[in-house]
Amino acid sequence: MAKKKPEGYLSAKESRRISRENRKITNAYEKQRKRKNVPESEYLTTMRDPANSVEFDNLHTYFFTDAGTVKAVDGVSFDVPIGKTVGVVGESGCGKSVTSLSLMQLLQRPQGQVVEGQIRLNLGNKAYDVTKAPNEVLQKLRGNYVSMIFQEPMTALNPVFRIGEQINEVIELHDGEGNNEADIKARTIELLKMVGIANAEGVYQMFPHELSGGMRQRVVIAMALACNPKVIIADEPTTALDVTIQAQILDLLRQLKDRINSSIMFITHDLGVIAEMADYVVVMYAGRIVEKGTAEDIFYHPAHPYTIGLMASKPVVGKKIDKLYSIPGKVPNPINMPDYCYFKDRCEMCVERCDGAYPEMVSLSETHQVSCYRYSDRKERE
Amino acid sequence: MAQHDNLVIHNEFTPVQYDPQYILMVNKLKKYFPIKGGLVARTVGYVKAVDGVTFNLKRGTTMGLVGESGCGKTTTGRAILRLSGEKTGGQVLFNGQEVYDLSAKEMRQLRPKMQIIFQDPFSSLSPRLPVGEIIGEAVREHGLVPANEFDDYIDRVMDNCGLQPFHKDRYPHEFSGGQRQRICIARALALNPEFVVCDEPVSALDVSIQAQIINLLKDLQDKYQLTYLFISHDLSVVEHISDSVGVMYLGNLVEYGKTTDIFARPLHPYTEALFSAIPVPDPNAKMKRIVLEGSIPSPANPPKGCKFHTRCEKCMEICKYAEPRWHEIETGHFCACHLYNDNEADAEARETMAAAKAEGVSED
Repeated sequence: MAKKKPEGYLSAKESRRISRENRKITNAYEKQRKRKNVPESEYLTTMRDPANSVEFDNLHTYFFTDAGTVKAVDGVSFDVPIGKTVGVVGESGCGKSVTSLSLMQLLQRPQGQVVEGQIRLNLGNKAYDVTKAPNEVLQKLRGNYVSMIFQEPMTALNPVFRIGEQINEVIELHDGEGNNEADIKARTIELLKMVGIANAEGVYQMFPHELSGGMRQRVVIAMALACNPKVIIADEPTTALDVTIQAQILDLLRQLKDRINSSIMFITHDLGVIAEMADYVVVMYAGRIVEKGTAEDIFYHPAHPYTIGLMASKPVVGKKIDKLYSIPGKVPNPINMPDYCYFKDRCEMCVERCDGAYPEMVSLSETHQVSCYRYSDRKERE
Repeated sequence: MAQHDNLVIHNEFTPVQYDPQYILMVNKLKKYFPIKGGLVARTVGYVKAVDGVTFNLKRGTTMGLVGESGCGKTTTGRAILRLSGEKTGGQVLFNGQEVYDLSAKEMRQLRPKMQIIFQDPFSSLSPRLPVGEIIGEAVREHGLVPANEFDDYIDRVMDNCGLQPFHKDRYPHEFSGGQRQRICIARALALNPEFVVCDEPVSALDVSIQAQIINLLKDLQDKYQLTYLFISHDLSVVEHISDSVGVMYLGNLVEYGKTTDIFARPLHPYTEALFSAIPVPDPNAKMKRIVLEGSIPSPANPPKGCKFHTRCEKCMEICKYAEPRWHEIETGHFCACHLYNDNEADAEARETMAAAKAEGVSED
């Protein structure tokens, strides 16, 4: 009797075939990217609304793995207005981090590629599409216009260099070409003071292991803010921290945002943190946006069953319930996504239409949009 | 001599009498870790990880233990189970039996009764053992079920914890975080424990998975009358699952009481600050947040007097010299803070302060 193959099993032959095909696809993208002297006109674009600092437009980021193509981000569109905070929520693996890495163009290449869509970055007098911009241009954009606060402060710092050197490096590479060493050091110490490190000169000389988790996170923030970026991506900046330290860091981020008038894209799975920080909220599920709106829209009138489930599964201080709601089932396999609504198999509010194609985005109000058939029906009836 | 002071272990406590309503009685439990230094690796000081923790735990209830990282929550949990060597002082009575007095053989007999669910489901499962073996190893070792019923027993345990029978032959890497946590829970529950220490069982998980695991723990508690010590830094989870809550700071309990009391009326300034830092999922909630300055001091060299005085908003003169007494302020609500001293304690504290001041002057 032949042994029953488990679901998702790939023979070596099949895997080799996929990997060969992938290489063809990714090589084409890489070739495009590695061209020298790309004319500016190729990546020059115009913002749909000049009040936005970043516009994600129908972004598709795929990973071409040996087991198949993973559609990590599959048609994501949202805007980050200037001076506002946009929160991105979702479970792990839903594409939150990949969306932000696409903006930074720090994807794991050559497997990870932006295959479709635009990310428009507002540079004040002009706008660039970062997905098409060549490396030397991106090098100028990163740090100066967009910068990122990475997830784990423990691993984001290099253990063999002193804190001062690591921040100096950022300033040397990006901001001050004519600056001398003393200026750079002064700027680093100013940054360390700005993020609330009392003993800035002392910390300048320290190694990362000598600092506590909260202090390391401050250093990572200082590094991200070194060149006064217009857009800050904060990828779960407080997940590894205690509530008391988390409160300090959130306060700090809010103050700094106001001081340098930049936008923050705040990625987290903690709804409490989102409610506190964000002006706009984007809820992602399995690589797509299921709901977006202002913080009030999302928290007071959640529409998508996934958002409702997410809210109900988090215990809230001061609200006594016997049993927490838990969303049944699990996220579908990213290699083999269904062609109907991705959430249908876990959804308890299914309607007949849900068997059809993936639902379109429906506007509930000017700011509030949701992708669910329960609302498109209602709209049609009206 | 300052260095000498560090080496003295103060270890006086009044032994408690066993009260059958409590499954676990912890009295002035201390666990210090020596700091070795110098050429011959002499002990030059102690990290006071747990420095006099007192609480009683009723059968079939859940106690939450909260605090910042590094405050000794996990060490307390492990010291209760006698998992980190000998204690430094105090008592741990499990069903009236002093845990640290047992011989190795007796300890082995007691082990199935008290179990632990470890913090990180990604590093606490052996990658080389199939899941059935992970769960069943201890059951076989302790001879809890006859060999012919073994397989059925494991199936039943797995079923209880929401695992399928065919998962038995798989290896841990084939599972997601939530499933792994279920395996950890199944491993602890396979031995029919009475008392389980849950050391941050949901911190590493997503919100929706968290809810599943919390519901599972609660269901199992109802079914088997389990007693939990639930260690976590997520206060909203602790409020949801616990009947009583202990708040720890730098090796000490600073407040202990019923969950409803503590969340409605936090007494200790640290508890207040901790609770005010919880983010509320409501964008318009106006919060009066007390942001604590700085970070937790080193447990090797804790501040004199009240350990919290360096970060406390309501710090008084007295706090810098006298250690606050642990006493019952309302029924069942304990707190260690000078703000709530009665006359007697106040007088005592003032005496200590005067003595400490006099000493300080003479030394300078």
